[in-house]
Amino acid sequence: MSRILVTEERCKGCLLCTTVCPVSIIRQSERINQQGYKVAEVGAEDMDKCTGCTSCATICPDMAIQVWRSKKTKKAA
Amino acid sequence: MPKAKSAPKAAPATKAAAAKPVMAKTVAPKVAAGEELVFTRPASLADRATHYCPGCHHGIAHRMVAELLDEMDLAGRTVAASSIGCSVFLYNYIQVDTVESPHGRAPAVATGIKRARPDTFVFSYQGDGDLASIGMAEIMHAANRGERLTVVFVNNTVYGMTGGQMAPTTLIGQKTTTCPGGRCKDREGSPIRMAEIIAQLGGTAFCARGSLDSVKNIRQAKKYMRQAFEAQTRGLGFGFVELLSGCPTNWRLSPVAANKRITEEMIPYFPLGVYKELEGDATCGSLVSTGAMAGGAAGESK
Amino acid sequence: MAGKNERIFVKGNEAIAMGALDAGCRCFFGYPITPQNDIPEFMSKAMPEVGGEFVQAESELAAANMLLGAGACGVRAMTSSSSPGMSLKQEAISYMAGSEIPGVIVNMNRGGPGLGDIGPSQGDYFQSTRGGGHGDYRLLVLAPSSAQEAYDMTHKAFDLAYAFRSPVLILGDAIIGQMKEPIVRRAATLADPAEGKEWRLEGTAAGLKANQKPRAHRIIKSLFLMDGELAGQNMKLQAKYDAWKDLVEFETFEVKDAELVVVAFGSIGRIAKNAVRVLRKQGKKVGLFRPKTLYPFPEKALAKLAREGKRFLTIEHNLGQMVEDVRLSVRRDADSELFCVYPGNMPSPDDFVAPILRALGRK
Ligand SMILES: Cc1ncc(C[n+]2csc(CCOP(=O)(O)OP(=O)(O)O)c2C)c(N)n1
Ligand code: SF4
Ligand code: SF4
Ligand code: SF4
Ligand SMILES: [Mg+2]
Repeated sequence: MSRILVTEERCKGCLLCTTVCPVSIIRQSERINQQGYKVAEVGAEDMDKCTGCTSCATICPDMAIQVWRSKKTKKAA
Repeated sequence: MPKAKSAPKAAPATKAAAAKPVMAKTVAPKVAAGEELVFTRPASLADRATHYCPGCHHGIAHRMVAELLDEMDLAGRTVAASSIGCSVFLYNYIQVDTVESPHGRAPAVATGIKRARPDTFVFSYQGDGDLASIGMAEIMHAANRGERLTVVFVNNTVYGMTGGQMAPTTLIGQKTTTCPGGRCKDREGSPIRMAEIIAQLGGTAFCARGSLDSVKNIRQAKKYMRQAFEAQTRGLGFGFVELLSGCPTNWRLSPVAANKRITEEMIPYFPLGVYKELEGDATCGSLVSTGAMAGGAAGESK
Repeated sequence: MAGKNERIFVKGNEAIAMGALDAGCRCFFGYPITPQNDIPEFMSKAMPEVGGEFVQAESELAAANMLLGAGACGVRAMTSSSSPGMSLKQEAISYMAGSEIPGVIVNMNRGGPGLGDIGPSQGDYFQSTRGGGHGDYRLLVLAPSSAQEAYDMTHKAFDLAYAFRSPVLILGDAIIGQMKEPIVRRAATLADPAEGKEWRLEGTAAGLKANQKPRAHRIIKSLFLMDGELAGQNMKLQAKYDAWKDLVEFETFEVKDAELVVVAFGSIGRIAKNAVRVLRKQGKKVGLFRPKTLYPFPEKALAKLAREGKRFLTIEHNLGQMVEDVRLSVRRDADSELFCVYPGNMPSPDDFVAPILRALGRK
């Protein structure tokens, strides 16, 4: 299963990540971090939709997103 | 560098921003079985929050520089010439030996570094006010001499740090704090296209313009940056990459709208692509030695 | 190259270039301007011969900033110019002082203001001794009065620049630069490879042995925004400038029993010495005091002479600049008269005799 992790303290709530997700799973949460920004999140219910494409992390100006991708097993391939 | 009083709150480089303590560290990546970490902070990028505004593209450009320094194994022998602009604190984020240059002079400072220590990898990182206005002579001549340098040029069409004044790259009709009625071609001239100019100069080995407005363009821009780095590491000559970048704060736009502005207004005026690429596989040694101290005393003093 | 102790005849400009070369200078950044062109011309040949770098920069702004870059790397480097070009160099010099980057800068002072002329002048005394650019800083300023001194002082300037992590200025003029005189060169030396090891920029992995981790990255900067940071840096700089007081150098000639001491530096100091010689032959009790370091200024030595009851006449090739430092130095016990040669006029010993006699006669 691919997934992302948003480091909430680094997020500046710019929402750029929300515009690039091919499966539209990133959204703004109601949580406000120490810097005073409403942070981005992926709802737990949506995380398994993540493709691990890294688009969100690529466009994030604040290195707030890390991405893990599930290894393609031989079977799946 | 006094910040204009009217500048938006989020603007950077205030005392408070500079003094802000390092924020919580990024969670150390835990990799479970069956998955691999495919995107994380490059080692050369400091694990700290930046002073940049939300949606500011300096952060993306910094990360890409750091990624390339790591991927190309250059960080340990890099000396950077930082410039004056919002990215003045470059050295707080990109963890390489760095000397601060006066406004616009980074290419001259970088020339001094490279000539003094030809074995180092040297880059400057400059904004459009810094590079295309006050530092025009220095960038032109460093390129023309074919200095073995790499220049990362962040074009956001304004003087970001000082409060969004008109820059040489400001688009016709664009309103800024010093062209409140919009830039007028008759009075203020046309926006300068640096990539096109630098490509004309004899010493330029690689020159391209990329953009940071979309994932596709960011990935392409990184390829350009790699080529601009390689122009130096292969001893071919001067490497230049212009990055069309957003300054949501001074454009008075949301980050998402700022990215849209790049796509719709900047790219048509500043076309993306490679403007010069020196052909052929350079015989690295001979090319390097033309600009470098081959075994000189200063070289030995390392 | 001349053998040991062999006397060679060179222009002062060439002596400066040779002094730099023999002190291990390996980067030179220049821009043409009269009357210092012999220096970059010499260096354009000399640097490649020793594996060094010569760059003819696009401007003095760029040349000085190249010096900043090379200095930050801990490599012995120099730039030279003359007055109009010095105005442009001030930007980088201020940054170098603020961020403690060593380097040697030569000003072969010409007439001003503006484009002035290409003749000698001491009109840049204030600019040289008060820092020259923006902010609170000083340079070590050495003022040669002969080709040999030009050689020796330039040689020494590199050691001082690195000992104090500061830009050092050689202040000469068209007379010093163009006059051909015998000099004796020392054996050429190489910079100590360890020079600046604790602070220079060369990459975090430079000189690593196997299994060693790269050191933390170094930052050389003059921007200090955190609370108290800039004040701290200024205090540090001031402490450095205070420590320079011990470096004061000056020449005295016939001052012991002199009633009137002529104070003059550089080429004018030398010409004034001849005038003093002439007057001594006539039995006049006059002497010469020639500061060799303009900053630090030899204020204590002058104050001592004032305490001994001597009177002073400052002669300079400008509208009166060093006289302010002389007056400050002797203010408790004396004053200084002033005789100016206006830039644009050429000074000669004969011109100085009458004003010295006038000053001697006034009590
Ligand atoms: C000699 C000098 N003039 C003016 C300034 C003030 N200043 C600081 S940053 C800046 C402009 C920066 O704009 P740019 O290079 O476009 O960088 P950005 O902040 O947009 O990234 C100016 C004019 C200065 N520091 N030094
Ligand atoms: S990695 Fe791709 S799919 Fe996953 S959240 Fe980010 S953008 Fe969406
Ligand atoms: S792009 Fe980064 S900073 Fe912006 S909202 Fe997404 S995670 Fe936060
Ligand atoms: S460039 Fe613009 S958006 Fe970026 S930090 Fe400066 S003011 Fe903010
Ligand atoms: Mg800008």
